[in-house]
Amino acid sequence: MVPLIEAVDVSKRFAGGLGRESTLALTGLSLAIHPEKPSVIAVVGESGSGKTTLARLLLGLAEPTGGEIRYRGADLKRLDRSGRRAFRRDVQAVFQDPYGVYNPFYRVDHVLKTPLRRFRLADSRAEARQLIDHALRAVGLQPEEILGRFPHQLSGGQRQRVMVARALLLQPKLIVADEPVSMVDASLRATILGSLRQLTDEQGISILYITHDLATAYQVSDSILVLYRAHLAEAGAVERVVTAPRHPYTQLLVSAIPRAHAARDWLAQEEASGPNGVTPTATGCCFAERCPVAMPACLAAPPGLYRTEPRRAVACIQYQDCPELPLGDPGQVLSV
Amino acid sequence: MHAVDDVSFALMPGERFGLVGESGSGKSTLALAILRMIKPPGQITAGEVRLAGTRFADLDEEGIRALRLAGIALVPQGSMNSLNPVSRIGRQITDAFADHGLRLGPAEQDRRVSALLAEVGLSEGIARMYPHELSGGMKQRACIAIAISLRPRVVIADEPTSALDVVVQRQVMATLARVQRDLAAAVILIGHDMGLMAQFVDRLGVMYAGRLVEVAPISEIITSPRHPYTRALIAALPSLERRGTLAGIPRLAPLLRELPPGCAFHPRCPQATDRCHIEKPMVRDVAEAQVACHLA
Repeated sequence: MVPLIEAVDVSKRFAGGLGRESTLALTGLSLAIHPEKPSVIAVVGESGSGKTTLARLLLGLAEPTGGEIRYRGADLKRLDRSGRRAFRRDVQAVFQDPYGVYNPFYRVDHVLKTPLRRFRLADSRAEARQLIDHALRAVGLQPEEILGRFPHQLSGGQRQRVMVARALLLQPKLIVADEPVSMVDASLRATILGSLRQLTDEQGISILYITHDLATAYQVSDSILVLYRAHLAEAGAVERVVTAPRHPYTQLLVSAIPRAHAARDWLAQEEASGPNGVTPTATGCCFAERCPVAMPACLAAPPGLYRTEPRRAVACIQYQDCPELPLGDPGQVLSV
Repeated sequence: MHAVDDVSFALMPGERFGLVGESGSGKSTLALAILRMIKPPGQITAGEVRLAGTRFADLDEEGIRALRLAGIALVPQGSMNSLNPVSRIGRQITDAFADHGLRLGPAEQDRRVSALLAEVGLSEGIARMYPHELSGGMKQRACIAIAISLRPRVVIADEPTSALDVVVQRQVMATLARVQRDLAAAVILIGHDMGLMAQFVDRLGVMYAGRLVEVAPISEIITSPRHPYTRALIAALPSLERRGTLAGIPRLAPLLRELPPGCAFHPRCPQATDRCHIEKPMVRDVAEAQVACHLA
C-alpha cells in the first residue's frame, strides 16, 4: 500500500550567509508512515541532530534540498489545491511551546473553532460544540474547565493538551509532535504522553514523537530512530534499541540518563568518558571524535547501515559483517 | 497567600541538598527567599535565614548585597539566557569582582578569570567570547564560573540543566560537583527530576504546595519513600527497565490561594483517609526522615 507520507532520501542543507559555511541539517534519510499500521515512532537526538528538521520537512514547513517528501505517493511540492488541503488535514502538528502558539487576546475556544470553520466540519454551532467537547474529553480535559477561558488562565499541561485536542478535531492520520512535553513537569509529561499513546491505540492515529528524552520515547513508542549530527545512527524496535543499544552514540545517550537508583555511578561515568583524542575528518563517521571505540577505518569513510537483527539497523562499522541496508533507510527493520 | 509556608532545614558545610517538587510548589520562591530577593508585593512574613550563625535579618541592604555571590551564590533558572549578550564572558566575571570591591590589576584579573574558566572546564579563550558564540552547555558552565567567582560557601542552582540534553547535562553536573568539592561549598539543587536528584544530592527535601513534606537522606528517599507524594514523583519518572509503566500524578497541583483543608495533597493521594481531609499533618521524625503525613 502507498504510504501516507514518505521521506525519500531527504537531505536539508541551510545556506550560510555572508561567506559562512552552509550547515547540513539532515543527510539522506528515508522514512515511511503506513496508515494501515498505526504506531508511535520516536525520533531521538541531541540539539543539532536534525530531528526538528525532519519534522518540519514532513509537515511541509520546509523543503528538502535533496530527495523528496511524498504524500500518498505524490511529491508534496507538486500537490494541487485539493491534495494540499487533504494533506493539511491528514497530517497535524503539536509543537514544543504551549505558550507561544496561542493568541493571548482570544479565548482558548478560538484555536478549536478555527480548524472546524476552515475545513467546514460542522453544520451548526451545536455540532461544533459537540465535536470540540468530544476532542477535549479524548485528551482527558473537562470542556467546562477549558472553554471560555483565556490561554493564561490554563496551566501549561492543559494548554498542551488543548493543542492535541485541536489536532484531533481534524481526525488526522498522523500527528507530528515536536518535543510536546519538554516544557512541562515530569508528572504532567506522563499524562500528556499517555493521551497521545491512546490516540494510536484507540483511534488509529500514527504519532511521530520528536524528542531528546530517550526515557519517554521508550515508554510511549513502538519504534525509534536515533539521529546524530544529521545522520541516522540506529533504528528499530524501541525495546531492543533502548535496553540493549548497539551504536556507541545510543549507548552514550542511555548511560547519560540519571536513574532514580540507589547506585550512584552517573557522575563517575562522566569523569571516565573524556575526549578520545581522535581528530574528525570530513569523510569519516561523524561520531568518531566522541566514540570510545573509534578505529582508523572510521575516519576513512562513513559507515554503512547494517541490519544486526530483524528489527534493528545500526550505522556503525563494528557491525559490517551483518547484511547491509540502503544508507539512511531503516524501512525494512521498521515495517516487520 | 503563602507561596512558601513554614519551611525549615539546615544545610551542612559541603553538603548537596536537593529541593524537588512540581511547578508552583514554591521551590524557586524558597531560593529567592533565602537570598532575600523576593520582589514586592511579595515579602518574607516570618522566619529567618542564618549562614554560619549570622542572621540575615541583622544585615542591612548593603550587607545582604555583599553576602550574595560572596556567601551565597545563585545559578538562576534559565541562567544561560541571563548572560549579558553584548558583554564578553571575561568582562561578566570581572564585573563581579568590581561589584564586590575587589580592586585587582589587569594581570591579576586575567589570571583569576583564566583560573575560574579552567575550573569549570572552559579554555581561557572563552573570556574574549560573547554568549552567542557558546553552546548551551558552555554558557551554563560560564554561569557556574560567575557564581563561584567569589568562592561562596553555598551555591543555589535552580534547574541548572533543564534546557540541555542528557549528555551535556551530565557534563555540567559533573562540573558543578567538582567545583563544589574544590570550594568545599554546600549546594542546593532545585529541580523536578528525581533521577538527577538520586544521582547528585546527599539529602532531599520534597516540596508540595509551599511546604516541605519530606526531608531525608537521598538513599532513604529512593529505597523507602515515606510520603505518598514522594512515591508519586518517583513513579512519574519514566522507567528504562519496564515499558508501559509511565504514571502521571492524577489531577493538578492545587492553586496556592485555594489550598484544600487538611493535608494539601489529599485530593490527589491514593491513600487519603478521613483524617487527611480535616487535619493538617505536622512534620514528624520517622527513622532518618522528617515527614508530614498522617500515614507515615
